Amino acid sequence: MTLIIRKLGFTHARQPILDGIDATFEAGKLTVILGPNGAGKSTLLACLAGLLKPDAGTASLHDADITSMAPTARARQIGLLPQGAETHWAITSMALVALGRIPHMRGAGTSTDDRRAISAAMSATATEGFAYRPVTQLSGGERARVLLARVLAGEPDWILADEPLANLDPGFQLDILNLLRRQVEAGKGVVAVLHDLHHAVRFADHLVLLHEGRLFAQGSVEDVITPANLAHVYGIDANLFKDEEGSVQLFIKGKVRS
Amino acid sequence: MNARALTSLLLLLTLAAFLLSLMAGKVWIWPTSWAADNADGWIFLELRLPRALLGLCIGAVLGLSGAVLQGYLRNPLADPTVLGVSASAALGGVVAIYVGLNLLPFGLFACAMLGAGFSILLLLAISRGGGSVGFILGGMVLSTLAGALTAFVISIAPNPFAANEIINWLMGALTDRLMADVGTALPFMALGVALLLSTGRALDALTLGENGAKSLGINLSRLQWIIVLGVGLAVGASVAVSGVVGFVGLIVPHLIRAIYGEQPSTILLPSALGGAILTLTADSLVRLVPGPGEVRLGIAMAVLGAPFFLLLLLRYRKGAA
Repeated sequence: MTLIIRKLGFTHARQPILDGIDATFEAGKLTVILGPNGAGKSTLLACLAGLLKPDAGTASLHDADITSMAPTARARQIGLLPQGAETHWAITSMALVALGRIPHMRGAGTSTDDRRAISAAMSATATEGFAYRPVTQLSGGERARVLLARVLAGEPDWILADEPLANLDPGFQLDILNLLRRQVEAGKGVVAVLHDLHHAVRFADHLVLLHEGRLFAQGSVEDVITPANLAHVYGIDANLFKDEEGSVQLFIKGKVRS
Repeated sequence: MNARALTSLLLLLTLAAFLLSLMAGKVWIWPTSWAADNADGWIFLELRLPRALLGLCIGAVLGLSGAVLQGYLRNPLADPTVLGVSASAALGGVVAIYVGLNLLPFGLFACAMLGAGFSILLLLAISRGGGSVGFILGGMVLSTLAGALTAFVISIAPNPFAANEIINWLMGALTDRLMADVGTALPFMALGVALLLSTGRALDALTLGENGAKSLGINLSRLQWIIVLGVGLAVGASVAVSGVVGFVGLIVPHLIRAIYGEQPSTILLPSALGGAILTLTADSLVRLVPGPGEVRLGIAMAVLGAPFFLLLLLRYRKGAA
């Protein structure tokens, strides 16, 4: 069960956004895509989700080309948590979570499968308490959990999350990361775009580091988060160390002096 | 009250408004004389029945189109005029009156539908793959252009009577329409309504934004096609038979949302019913105003609708603060 991209390229308005990216994403692993602003992280995720059609190379799921899959079939296998936590109407949390069942729905109304998946997703994210509150009245942390529950309700094998921690306080950030971790332990493939290197170090099984539209490094935390890579890509002076409990942590000293 | 009970209530109200529209006027015609072989029976069959049927259809079309467009654009200020379809259909109608084609059977209707059809094609070309921003801008450009050309045609009208006739038609009314008008407009409206009613699930998905909807397998370019065609046919046909009746498409979805909640798919059918109730009631009221002639429906709707909408906004803002 792998998502594979080969020589992936994407061009927008004659500007190359992604160029020659090769990467493999495995089920049962949390892959974190890192890179500075404008490195092409969101574009890569959009290609994986089938929202953008690459100009070169391929993105495939179990040997099937993602962009040529039927949209509903693709949506049943790949769930996307888009950037920005958009919720446009004041519908209830439960109605929002139910949107995740759209790729499974035929005809009108919800089936027993739909209702089971919706309540499972809401209990996994501890959102039942505000099932009947409008999403517009929820706090940022509550809404983030409801939006994640929406993705889980579709029961996809793959969960792609584009900056799922943006605008959340540290406690809520950890809530979301733990929820994603639990999905990984249940055997799903999770690919998340993150900005926080500390979280990436603590939660990722596999890292993909992008720089100016190219793959700069990929592999384990120790392979990718090296002082040389961080200095080159982010211009920061940082290194990994083991804390007193023996877990690997990141320490950022400051900007690299040039 | 649950949604089903509410919708049954709306259906009953629609029926009541329809019956009111059949009876009300300078002459009240009670159901006992509907089938009578006298002046009352004649007024009923030739004037009241087509007028009530048109009110029902046009109101439903405008309410539904407003609900679909507000859902699609995720903007509660959208209404059927934003696409420029109404303005283009109106231009077609005005040109027909100017050159005298309105004297031919269906001449005005055909010209107005041609205007609407032209605007549909242009909109699809302008906004292809452009998302909702290109769509709105395209609609605005069309609206402005059609409005300017309409003003131009009025300004070159050969005599004051022609100008007057054009302006009168533009203001929107259901007076003196025939069963033949209903029969011509109905197929276009029915097709448009069927297309629009099929968009519910895609509109729900758009609650999550365009990327969210796409990731759920929704084909947004197909949705845009369906909406342009649906609104174009339905609203184009309604402008072609009745001129431009404003405000229904803007106001009704708001009222319905206050009752049913904001889920876009839930408010489609109720918005159609609400549009029909509002239009039928307003069209009955304009006939009851004393004095010679009657207030044009388009004017009455704006005069009644604008303050009402302001009140709604003030209450809404108080609630939000």
